[in-house]
Amino acid sequence: MSNFIVDNNGIKRYLVTINVNGIEYTKVVKANTLLVNFLREELDLTGTKKGCELGDCGSCTVLLDGKPVNSCLILAIEADGMKVTTIEGVASTSNLDNIQEKFLEYGAIQCGYCSAGMILSAKALLTENPKPTEEEVRAGISGNLCRCTGYINIIKAIMAASGQEVLN
Amino acid sequence: MEGIRYPKENTLYKKKEYTQIGQSKPRIDGVSKATGAGKYCGDLKFPNMLYGKMLTSPHAHAKILSIDTSEAEKIPGVIKVITHKDVPDLKYGISPARWDENVLCIDKVRFVGDKVAAVACVDEETCYKALKAIKVEYEVLPAVLDYRTAMNEDMPQIHEEYPRNINTEIHQLFGDVDKALEEAYHVRTDVFEGQRTYQCPIEPHSAISIWKDNKLTVYSSTQSVHYFQYYIAREFGLKMGDVRVIRPLVGGGFGGKLEPTGLEFNGAVLSRLTGRPVKMFYDRAEMFAHNRGRHQGHYEITTGVSKEGKILAAKANFVLDGGAYTSLGIATAYYAGGLLPLTYDFENYQFDLVRMYTNLPACGAQRGHGAPQPKYAFESHLDNVAEDLGIDPIEIRKRNARQANTNTCNGMGIQSCYLSEALDKIEEITDWKAKKEKGLPKGRGIGMATGSFVTGAGYPIYRNDYPSSSCMVRVNEDGTSATLYANAIDIGQGSDTVLCQMTAEAMGYRYENMKIVTGDTETAPLDFGAYSSRQTAYCGWACKRAGEEIKAKILETAGFMMHLPPEDLECEEGIIFSKSRPKVEPITFEEAAKKYFIIKGPLVGTGVYTVPRLGGYHKGAPVATSPSYSFCTQAAEVQVDEETGEIEVLHAWDVHDAGQIINPALMKGQVHGAFGMGFSETVMEEVVFNKDGKIINPDVGGYRIITALDMPNFTNDLIPSNDEPATPWGLKEIGEGSNNPTMGAVRNAIYDATGVNIATLPLSYEKVWRAIKEKKEKEQAAK
Repeated sequence: MSNFIVDNNGIKRYLVTINVNGIEYTKVVKANTLLVNFLREELDLTGTKKGCELGDCGSCTVLLDGKPVNSCLILAIEADGMKVTTIEGVASTSNLDNIQEKFLEYGAIQCGYCSAGMILSAKALLTENPKPTEEEVRAGISGNLCRCTGYINIIKAIMAASGQEVLN
Repeated sequence: MEGIRYPKENTLYKKKEYTQIGQSKPRIDGVSKATGAGKYCGDLKFPNMLYGKMLTSPHAHAKILSIDTSEAEKIPGVIKVITHKDVPDLKYGISPARWDENVLCIDKVRFVGDKVAAVACVDEETCYKALKAIKVEYEVLPAVLDYRTAMNEDMPQIHEEYPRNINTEIHQLFGDVDKALEEAYHVRTDVFEGQRTYQCPIEPHSAISIWKDNKLTVYSSTQSVHYFQYYIAREFGLKMGDVRVIRPLVGGGFGGKLEPTGLEFNGAVLSRLTGRPVKMFYDRAEMFAHNRGRHQGHYEITTGVSKEGKILAAKANFVLDGGAYTSLGIATAYYAGGLLPLTYDFENYQFDLVRMYTNLPACGAQRGHGAPQPKYAFESHLDNVAEDLGIDPIEIRKRNARQANTNTCNGMGIQSCYLSEALDKIEEITDWKAKKEKGLPKGRGIGMATGSFVTGAGYPIYRNDYPSSSCMVRVNEDGTSATLYANAIDIGQGSDTVLCQMTAEAMGYRYENMKIVTGDTETAPLDFGAYSSRQTAYCGWACKRAGEEIKAKILETAGFMMHLPPEDLECEEGIIFSKSRPKVEPITFEEAAKKYFIIKGPLVGTGVYTVPRLGGYHKGAPVATSPSYSFCTQAAEVQVDEETGEIEVLHAWDVHDAGQIINPALMKGQVHGAFGMGFSETVMEEVVFNKDGKIINPDVGGYRIITALDMPNFTNDLIPSNDEPATPWGLKEIGEGSNNPTMGAVRNAIYDATGVNIATLPLSYEKVWRAIKEKKEKEQAAK
């Protein structure tokens, strides 16, 4: 467990160091600070969305040491010393990631609220399984809910991002 | 990217050379959404900002005896606690006759989740502590939880002004229904029941209110900045000009973000009292409690048909569960029956409806508004009628299909209509005839239905005499970009993109050079916002007119520059050229625009559109009127597992008569999403309450919406046309009509697969399994 101090109200506050998108951040957090709130409130990385705060919708998906997780179900102190990738860290400064490009090209984005989580789930899937079948793509994003697109263009975009021929 | 392929043999479609519309241009907000840079309301922060939450009622129906906020006020970090004493007592709602909701409840709460008090604190965590510390004494009253018995004499009355809990009552009669039914060859009545569903956008509602120096600014996840501005100003007695409503990105609405909530009203009061910005937001459970989702209803449908299946008369007798308040429900009620005569042509029609108050969350406008459940009932019923007569389901629809340039019996005028063609096409692309003749494997079935929807409501959301839509375009001083200012609201459907395409088309400019400022009452002119699938047509007219004004101005300037009369000039894709003298050197839009600015000042165009008067003169005639209607057919092929009741849609098809397509990729996305939502509503979704009126599944784990594993593969098809005179470029709506047929199509496929008729939505795996089991047992017993 990380170092802590006790504030004037008797509440323990912990010192954590989390690498987010390649940058080390050292911050003081409460034991109940969620990773999603750490990212959004402490670091102003609001690309990670909150949709349900129960781990149901997948909007807050980030990569924790490369694995997709719901950041609303992870405490900031659990991520101490780990590497987090958020949507802000997917693209390099000048270029979009291939998955982002394909999401744009295939009309996979409508309201955009699920997009960050979808793209990160897709990123994790394609890292693990560079040539997934359509069923594997569907399973890979089944933890990310989308209310706008009916998923069809998202599935096509991910298939295309894996270099597989898709009819647009 | 692939465009739409217009078949050569279709002589109805006169191909025109468009450069900006009819193409899958990338979304104007795409990159900001793909990179996480785009800001939604909940992502915004202001210096010194407070966080606010509302305390809501734990009881479905109770008197408020007392509210004690003293303990809450003592908690460190609690800045302000308010009750009904601190807020205006002016009631609000959709129409003056139905203003029935208070900012905070005064003497009574009417559903679990009704607004009782609000707090503003330094952080979210402190808000929850404060809410727990507020003591409210209630006298619990008996509650009305079943809309079907809400009218009974012995039921408690929810609103003083509405005896027997009747919120809205409709009785419409067109033609001579009784006579037609008497003369009919076959008369059949079916009863169906819908369920409560919820829009469930992935972005929760939030609002940030900043009341400073007599001016109130509200950032909100809203579908209509104007409607919010109007009601917020009215509630607080402010001039509309002193209320600024801004829409950041909106993460889906589907009707649920069309009306102001307690978040805007209470946030405004908290900001005024604290002098600080206040951010208020719903969590997922609070969204379900606020609701405003689809009404559940009891739908009795009777039709009388000829031997050939021609519908001679139809009778619709509906009861809707409206919940505790009117919300937008009076429009829902009229839509429920008003849209039924669209797809099929019959002369005699009776529509009776009561919308009941219950002690459940208020229902409002969900995608398709009042139409999808009644349409589901009608399409299911029509398949039953076809079976009685031994007529193929597509054939009976062909025999009744709406034709172009006709009027419905309830006073709606239809100009362009290709429903018959869409029926032929769906028959062809689904291989319908072969499947029907040869039969499908065991457990498999195919079904279809028709759909239609208004391309914009014919009358504004609240009574006023403003135009329907307006916009302005300002060309940058050097001509290298143009900014569209419009208050049409992009909630994900892509209106910002298509409006910029249309503006660029009208200007003779390039979409890629367009910018847009939208969703801000202080910078962009009036538009009523995103509802009734109106924006592409209405704001599209405004954009077309503003763009044409710019083009006329710039061609005049170019005429001087080129020493040619403006009538001889044309501008396409930013290039100005002579129509008669091909050897004259063209000049660019940029050059001419810059010259215009130097000589005359800002190059600005404005556009406005007002819907002409539409519809009949009977009570309720305005609802369901529209300048134009889309038409479509949908089909689904399903596989039902008899052992488990599991329903898998193997493939789905949609054939659309949507007029001129502005952006094919966005159009397809709308259809996919609408089918997905409709399919989800057919087999899974249902807000479930316990015996005390409390929602037991207020989360997306318990309230199941489809995942990527459930969505079938999909075929989009079109009947191309551009002959609709009432809309710019002959376009038609796409977003809501495309979930009009879905529930009926899926139900009809399940019936075809199993032979079981389940009268209550959703057609869950359990219900299907049980019905199949009962059917088998009955068949066994008969042997």
